Amino acid sequence: MGVKKREKDFTVWERIYIPEIVKGLSLTLKSMFKPKFTMKYPEEKFIPSASYRGRPVLVMENNGEERCVACGLCSRVCPPLAIEVQASETEREKERYPEKFEINMLRCIFCGFCEEVCPEEAIVMSKDYDLAFTNRADAIYGKDKLLVPVNQLYDRIEFLRQYK
Amino acid sequence: MPKFILDDKEIEFTQGQTIIEAAKQHGIDIPYFCWHPSLSVSGNCRMCLVEVEKMPKLVIACSTIAAEGMVVHSQSQKTIEARNAVMEFFLINHPLDCPICDEAGECKLQDYAYQHSVGESRFVEEKVHKDKRVPLGPLVMFDAERCISCSRCIRFCDEIAKDPELTFIKRGDRVTIVTYPGEELDNPYSLNTTDICPVGALTNRDFRFQARVWDMSDTKSICIGCSRGCNSEIWVRNNEVLRLTPRYNEDVNSYWMCDHGRVNTYKFINAEDRVKGPFIRKEGNLIQVSWEEAYSQTASKLKSFNKDEIAFIASPFATCEDNYVFKKFAQSIIGSKHLDFMRHVDPNFGDDILRKNDTTPNTLGCELLGISPNKSGLNLEGIFNGIKQKKIKAAYIIEDDLITVNPELENIFTELDLLIVHSTNFNRTTSIADVVFPSATYAEKNGTFVNFQGRVQRIRPAVASIDVDRAVDGLSLSRLDKFGTKYDSWAEKNKRDAKSSWKILTSLSAFFNNKFKFNLTEDVFDEISKNIKAFNKLDYDVIGEKGILLENINKEQSIKV
Ligand code: SF4
Ligand code: SF4
Ligand code: SF4
Ligand code: SF4
Repeated sequence: MGVKKREKDFTVWERIYIPEIVKGLSLTLKSMFKPKFTMKYPEEKFIPSASYRGRPVLVMENNGEERCVACGLCSRVCPPLAIEVQASETEREKERYPEKFEINMLRCIFCGFCEEVCPEEAIVMSKDYDLAFTNRADAIYGKDKLLVPVNQLYDRIEFLRQYK
Repeated sequence: MPKFILDDKEIEFTQGQTIIEAAKQHGIDIPYFCWHPSLSVSGNCRMCLVEVEKMPKLVIACSTIAAEGMVVHSQSQKTIEARNAVMEFFLINHPLDCPICDEAGECKLQDYAYQHSVGESRFVEEKVHKDKRVPLGPLVMFDAERCISCSRCIRFCDEIAKDPELTFIKRGDRVTIVTYPGEELDNPYSLNTTDICPVGALTNRDFRFQARVWDMSDTKSICIGCSRGCNSEIWVRNNEVLRLTPRYNEDVNSYWMCDHGRVNTYKFINAEDRVKGPFIRKEGNLIQVSWEEAYSQTASKLKSFNKDEIAFIASPFATCEDNYVFKKFAQSIIGSKHLDFMRHVDPNFGDDILRKNDTTPNTLGCELLGISPNKSGLNLEGIFNGIKQKKIKAAYIIEDDLITVNPELENIFTELDLLIVHSTNFNRTTSIADVVFPSATYAEKNGTFVNFQGRVQRIRPAVASIDVDRAVDGLSLSRLDKFGTKYDSWAEKNKRDAKSSWKILTSLSAFFNNKFKFNLTEDVFDEISKNIKAFNKLDYDVIGEKGILLENINKEQSIKV
């Protein structure tokens, strides 16, 4: 007949709940003495490994110059059109440099294509994931925010050389 | 017609044609670097090698004259291997400069490296190093490492610019280009060498590093530098004009344009001194006002004069459409008889290559439209005298900075009670005007010019303004333009509040009787073609991309009739 039957009926033991509550609480109690995985962000910060793709940054050589030659390939490959580069001429041996280099962090999707395409190893993904803005203009990072000294980026560059 | 067989296809050719020419005519591309349809054959790059049956070795298609019954293979195993070998040789010493090279994206060597090369070099030795930044002239920069020694630039100077300035020196892998001692690459056509250089060895110093070619949109236009009206292309990024390049039109400018046209006719479009909206002089100063206020004030000012006290000065820099509506406004709205335009002739500008002494794009257009005084009306001279004698009290000038051309006019124009000017930029004429309307530049509007040959040619908007929307009005879009939102700097930047002169006049006519009913530039041209004999039966589609000789239209017509 069309009478629906439960798959499984609770036993009396289960129906009184108390043992189940004790089971749950004991799990909680046990966890309290196990090592913790969470962090008290922002006081405590997670430091990712070299394979992490945080915000893209520009590599600044030790002499304070950027490696970037403003070829625009990152800007071309960037799927959400986050990068805007304006090239200009310099007297240096590498005759071309970015007069303006902007990444719109609202557009960036942290894909790492820019890093992959760059012929100069000039743009790399950093470990910085700390991005918060209160208006659109602040989300556009210019050279001042993008340039990072090369000695802070060695482990990422090493990672790329090994795995790219 | 004689025929030969190319890749199993029968191809017709004319006596004396080379294989490469005949192939090109039939849409078959044989790769080449040094050959150029307008230059003599040099045959040094060896890229166009093809196999001809019964010939012992491969031959170069650019200098082998086609013959009846020839059997040519441009895709055989042997040809492809030869091409790969030629490319491998080219790439041996070519630097890996593409990321910093302006040619990237429109470079023959790049294209052929994809199409005709195995992509790997067996050359492990150090490449030959040469000078990287040699200014050959005021506008051309030379990078010796990138040069593939095709000699196109040399042949261009010798044969087209008729000013031999360049030559090869040294031999083998050390060969390079220099100017003759004491010479510079400074002929009036020097920048064409940067177009025909198949690689990035010669670059345009005016455009150097401004933008990557794939980031710009390009729009077919006409140079306004002189009455030749060279067909050109306007390259725009972030709504800013960055360079002009010639566009092929055998009947007007072939593949070339002059340096003046290329570098001096676009900077005013991006300039800071653009008129940013309508201005009216109040208590001695030009104050920006709304369009509505500008129209109503101008109309009431005009109405306060007798129709014979107002003079109208049209412009050979303005399009036919602008001049036509201007004339119509003068004659049918105001009823003035005083209408003329100023000619701009520089006897030192012209040459027997492209440049003409008439340094405006549309003098003939003005003549054909009848921009001249009525029987008893005053011509330009008469208008100036009339102002001095206080017979003319108001003047309406469009798109011509008369005072910069002739500074003496400043004293004359200050006598006027009312001076209305349409101008793209603030200049000496606007500085004494009572009303200034912002007119669109040739890169921001539709319209036509008639060049010295009597060829009507079209201009199209390349730069968006408040009046012309990039997407809605069908302007050409760059990759960035397609995906910009109003929050992206490239999408909203540099949009100016300027309108075509005919549009301004049409809006102004609404404050008088018989207002005009033009909505589109096409409407104006339609009326021109109905009312002006020379333009009969013409429309924008007939004019097309290469323009059309008015004479031909009339001939066809007389045959038809
Ligand atoms: S990570 Fe991806 S989205 Fe972000 S800037 Fe680079 S290419 Fe663009
Ligand atoms: S790809 Fe590299 S060198 Fe080129 S513009 Fe981007 S960061 Fe600069
Ligand atoms: S500079 Fe350019 S055009 Fe001149 S020979 Fe070299 S590659 Fe050819
Ligand atoms: S010849 Fe005249 S129309 Fe041609 S590019 Fe020079 S100025 Fe412009």
